Amino acid sequence: MTNTTNHANKHVLNKWRRFHFYHLVLLICGLYLLLPLLATVLYSFATEWNKTILPEGLTLQWFATLFQDLRFLSSFGRSLILSAGATIVSLIVTVPAIFAIVVYAPRLERYVQALVMTTYALPGVIMAVGLIRAYAGKGISMLLVVGGAYVVGMLPFIYQGTRNSLRTVNAASLMEAAALLGASRWHAFLRIIVPNIMPGILVSGLLSFSMLFGEFVLINILVGGKFETLQIYLFGVLNRSGHIASALVVSYFLIMAIISGLLMKLGAIGQSQQKGESQ
Amino acid sequence: MRKWNGLLVTTLIPFCCFIVLFMLVPLLFMVMGSFQGEGGTGWTLAHYKEIFSNPFYHQAFKNSVLISVWSATMGIILSVFAAYGVTRFPVKWQRRILVFTNLTSNFAGIPLAFAFIVLLGNSGLFTILLQHFGINLMDSFHLFSWSGLTVIYIYFQLPLGVLLLFPIYHGIQESWKESASLLGASPFQFWLRVGIPVLLPSIAGTFSIMFANAMGAYATAYALTGSTYNLLPIRISGLVSGDVFARPELGSALATLLGLTLVAALLLNEWLTRRIRRDLQ
Repeated sequence: MTNTTNHANKHVLNKWRRFHFYHLVLLICGLYLLLPLLATVLYSFATEWNKTILPEGLTLQWFATLFQDLRFLSSFGRSLILSAGATIVSLIVTVPAIFAIVVYAPRLERYVQALVMTTYALPGVIMAVGLIRAYAGKGISMLLVVGGAYVVGMLPFIYQGTRNSLRTVNAASLMEAAALLGASRWHAFLRIIVPNIMPGILVSGLLSFSMLFGEFVLINILVGGKFETLQIYLFGVLNRSGHIASALVVSYFLIMAIISGLLMKLGAIGQSQQKGESQ
Repeated sequence: MRKWNGLLVTTLIPFCCFIVLFMLVPLLFMVMGSFQGEGGTGWTLAHYKEIFSNPFYHQAFKNSVLISVWSATMGIILSVFAAYGVTRFPVKWQRRILVFTNLTSNFAGIPLAFAFIVLLGNSGLFTILLQHFGINLMDSFHLFSWSGLTVIYIYFQLPLGVLLLFPIYHGIQESWKESASLLGASPFQFWLRVGIPVLLPSIAGTFSIMFANAMGAYATAYALTGSTYNLLPIRISGLVSGDVFARPELGSALATLLGLTLVAALLLNEWLTRRIRRDLQ
């Protein structure tokens, strides 16, 4: 930067006007992203807030009401079971398949990548139409159908995490070494590969879980009120009580924040994005 | 390809079953359904004819494309500068900002719609604040219509754009800037001649992902306007799941057209990217 004196002078000058255009854009974007959140948090603690600029008082009453509401608790449980269940099934089905393809049939990877792109670009509404056409009214539980669609829908996230980890640990040569020592393929996969790529699996799992926890389209169109998840419950509460809805949104956001914190601890956010350039 | 072995076969079978059952079969049924008569009898092009002749569906297409293009354009402009801004921070702060961005990118659908109701709804925080200053926000802005939807769509485009563009800026090395300035280029010239051409394919790619993202978005609009605002995903879900007005075959045709629009957008992006890259070489 300071190779020429001219440039050095400029650098000093720049110190006086450090404020760049991108600072302004960042500020606007930051406020844009933050304000709705802050307003919701404030609203969830506010007693009465219809005419004044700031709430008339603060209270924990809305959170208390929310956490005593059985409907909320059971919808929370349903969301938890559905998202965690689909995530686990997805990991069990997808991770070994991706491993096998990467190590033993790399030519198939092209097709998997095409699948990943399709699942990623396919909006929930289109999937919902297809699933209804294929399975509705045929005696199949639509809840299971939604679960199956969730399992497939998480493919992009699990593929990304698993493939990167497999590359980092150099799975192919690990498998060769294990074979030389007399381990069977399955044995080597379960005892050597899986423990080594566990961080990647965990990251993919957490990402999938947080995605599914916020899913509304499929469950609403295919199952609706018959299986009230957190999102559907929130949709119902939206027009009844703003305060309780905001307490719910704040709780939901906290769960997402905890998952993000875990992901950061695991190095999935920030680090992986910087590694992204090599891909 | 190396030999098929037991592990490859046993892992691929369940994987392929899931893909076939929950992706390929539904898509096939949807496309087939779009050519079937009401109630699934006979083959017909009537649904497509109806869509192309009914102004109501034209409007749904137009609204969806307009809000997607508009929100993706605003989103890309903001995120190009914002993502660059993030790279100017110390690494520790970059990570914090990315975690926050990632968090807000998960904040979509119903919760997001609600947050905006609190902020800009009929008795929202800003609405009241502006009233105290004697400005009636409702004169020019309605959260539950086009203007409100645009504001919310930009909200969910923004983090997506920053997360997708941030890694690209790392591809622009500091040494390029140094060489350019040694050769006498101003920062403006550097960005015009080197920076932007290198970024352009990624910007185009991000734009098309944002476009597709908005075209398919359903939950936010549904939470805000129910089924009153005429958007493609809202029409599709109404036709497929509505109790009274259910016309699943017509809904399938609309969904097929939506899918084709997205495929076209992604192919156009591929083609553009390849063209730009060839020009670079």
